[in-house]
Amino acid sequence: MDVALKILVVEPDATRAQDIIDALKEGGWGNVFVVSDVSALAPKLNEVDPDIVLIDLAHPDRDTLEHIGNVSSAQSRPVAMFVDRSDAELTHAAISAGVSAYVVDGLQKNRIKPVLETAIARFKMVERMRHELDAAKQALTDRKTIDRAKGLLMNARGVTEEEAYSLLRKTAMDQGRKVIDVAQALVTAADLLG
Amino acid sequence: MNEHTVTCGFLPLIDAAPLIIARELLFAQDEGINLQLIKQPSWSALRDLLALGQIDVAHMLSPMPIAMTLGQSGMPTNVDALMVLSVNGTVIGVSNDLARDMEKTGWSSDFESPAAAATALFASGRKTIRIGIPFPFSMHRMLLEHWLSVHPSFRSKRVEIITVPPPRMAQAVSNGTLDMFCVGEPWGTAAVQQGVASLILPGSSIWQFAPEKVLGATRDWIEQNPTLCNGLMRAIYRATQWLDDPGNKPLAVEILARSQHIDLPHEAIDPAISAQIVPCLGAKPVSPPHFLFFNNNAANFPWRSQAAWISERIAAWCGLDQDEATRRGKACFRSDLYRGNLSALGVDMPGASAKVEGALKNPLAVKSTKGQLILGPDAFFDGAIFDFDAED
Repeated sequence: MDVALKILVVEPDATRAQDIIDALKEGGWGNVFVVSDVSALAPKLNEVDPDIVLIDLAHPDRDTLEHIGNVSSAQSRPVAMFVDRSDAELTHAAISAGVSAYVVDGLQKNRIKPVLETAIARFKMVERMRHELDAAKQALTDRKTIDRAKGLLMNARGVTEEEAYSLLRKTAMDQGRKVIDVAQALVTAADLLG
Repeated sequence: MNEHTVTCGFLPLIDAAPLIIARELLFAQDEGINLQLIKQPSWSALRDLLALGQIDVAHMLSPMPIAMTLGQSGMPTNVDALMVLSVNGTVIGVSNDLARDMEKTGWSSDFESPAAAATALFASGRKTIRIGIPFPFSMHRMLLEHWLSVHPSFRSKRVEIITVPPPRMAQAVSNGTLDMFCVGEPWGTAAVQQGVASLILPGSSIWQFAPEKVLGATRDWIEQNPTLCNGLMRAIYRATQWLDDPGNKPLAVEILARSQHIDLPHEAIDPAISAQIVPCLGAKPVSPPHFLFFNNNAANFPWRSQAAWISERIAAWCGLDQDEATRRGKACFRSDLYRGNLSALGVDMPGASAKVEGALKNPLAVKSTKGQLILGPDAFFDGAIFDFDAED
C-alpha cells in the first residue's frame, strides 16, 4: 500500500479514465486524480501537486505537460518521463501499451514501478477492447456494403444472392482486390449513376 | 539494388517537405532507401521514439538534439543533427484584442519591424502577455526571447511562455488562453483564416537565418549505419535543392497536398511554400524576404556556430555550465559528416564550419571548396553579433 503517492491521470475519455482509476484503487493507490480537459491541466497540477502523472504516450498535450514541468519551479512538479534503462522490458511494455509516466525528481524507482505496471496492464486491456469494438463496427459496415452490392447485381443481372456473391468474389480474385473493395466500387458507381 | 528501410518520425508541418519530397519524388529510392515517414502526435512522442530506437531518424526542432544530448529533454541520449532541413518559416501572431490595443498606441503593422512591434506590445496595457509556442526547446521560444528581452520595457514577469500544440494555437487565441503565439506554417495562416488573429512579424525579421528544423538521429544509429546515413543525406539534399527551384513551387504544393503525410489542403500549404503570407483577413499577401527556404545559401550546412548559439540559450534556461554545454552542443551539429557525405554530390562547402552569427546584413561570397559560395544574410534585428570562436 502506497497511499501517500499522489497520481494524476490525464485522459479525455471518461470511461477510460474511470477504468484506470479503478485499477489503481484496486492496487491500493487511493490518491488518484483525473483531468480530462487540457486547459485545466496547469491549475490541476498546482492543486494536486502529484508525484506521478500518467498520460497516453500519443496524447497531443504531452508537450504542454512537459513545458509546465520544465519551466515551473514553484513546487515539486513531475519533471521527467520515467524510463528505466536498467529494466528494458518495463520500458518496452510501457511503449507498446502506450503509457507514459512523468515523475517528480528523486522519487524512488520501487514506488513508481508497480504503478506503471498496473497502468500498463489496464491500458493494454482498454486498447484491446477498443480494437475489438472498432473491428466489430468495421465488419458491420462492410457487411452492409456487400449486401447492397449483392442487391445491385441481383437486380441488374437477374441472379440469385449466392450467384451475386460468387460474382463479387471472382471479380475480386481476378483483380487481386478484396471483396469489400469491389463491393464499395460498385456501390459508389451505382450512386453516381443514380 | 537491395532496398533498406529507414523509418523517419515527423510532425505534419509544411517544413517536413524535404522528407516528403525525398520519398515521393524517389530521391530516397535512388539511394536504395525505402523512406518510411511516421507521423507523430507531439514532439515529446517523436523524441521518445527516437531515443528508444523505435524510429531511425526524425524531423526535429533545431534545439531538440542538443537539449536531449545535454539531458534536458526526455531521457538523456546523444542525438546529432545530420543536416539542417529548413531555415526560417515561423510567424508571430496576436489576438484581435491585442492587435486593437497595440494600434491604439499609434502602431500599425508593416510585418517587418520587430522593435516597433515590441514597443506597441509592452504599451498595450497588459500586465502579462501570454505567448504560445509549440515546444519548450524550440527556435520559436529562442526568437521570442531574443526579440522581447532586448526591449527597454521588458521584465521577465511581463511575458509568460506557454506550450500549445500548433493545431490548437488558433483556438487558444480565440478562447483567451493566449494573447499571441509564434508558430510554424500552416498554423499562423490558419489562425488568420479563422478570423481570430493577425500576423505581425515573420520569424525571419528577428533573425534572418535561423535554423528551424534539422534531421536528427542518435549517435549510436549514425555510427552503426554509415551507408544509410550517407544515402539519406544525399536524398534529402536533392529534395531540398528541388524544393528551392522557383519553377517547382506549384508542383511542390500539389505533391504536398496530395500526399497523405501532412494531410492539409492546397490553400494551407501554398502561402508558406510560395512565401505569400496574408497577415490579416482581407489584406493583400506580402512576401517577406527569406521567409522559408530549404537549400539556398548553404541552408543545409549544420554550422557549429548555430549549435553554439542554441546551446548558450539552453544552458541559460536550465542553469548549466555555459562552456561545457556549448562544447557538447557544438559537437551535435555534424558539419564533419555533412562534408564527408555530400562532397561527392558536388555540394559546395564553406571553408570554415563556424561563422560569426549575425555578422551578415547582406549576402556575402566566402571562400569555399569550389571557389566561392554565397552566404545569405544572417543579421539579428538589433544588430547583435555572436562570435563563438572569439570567446573560445
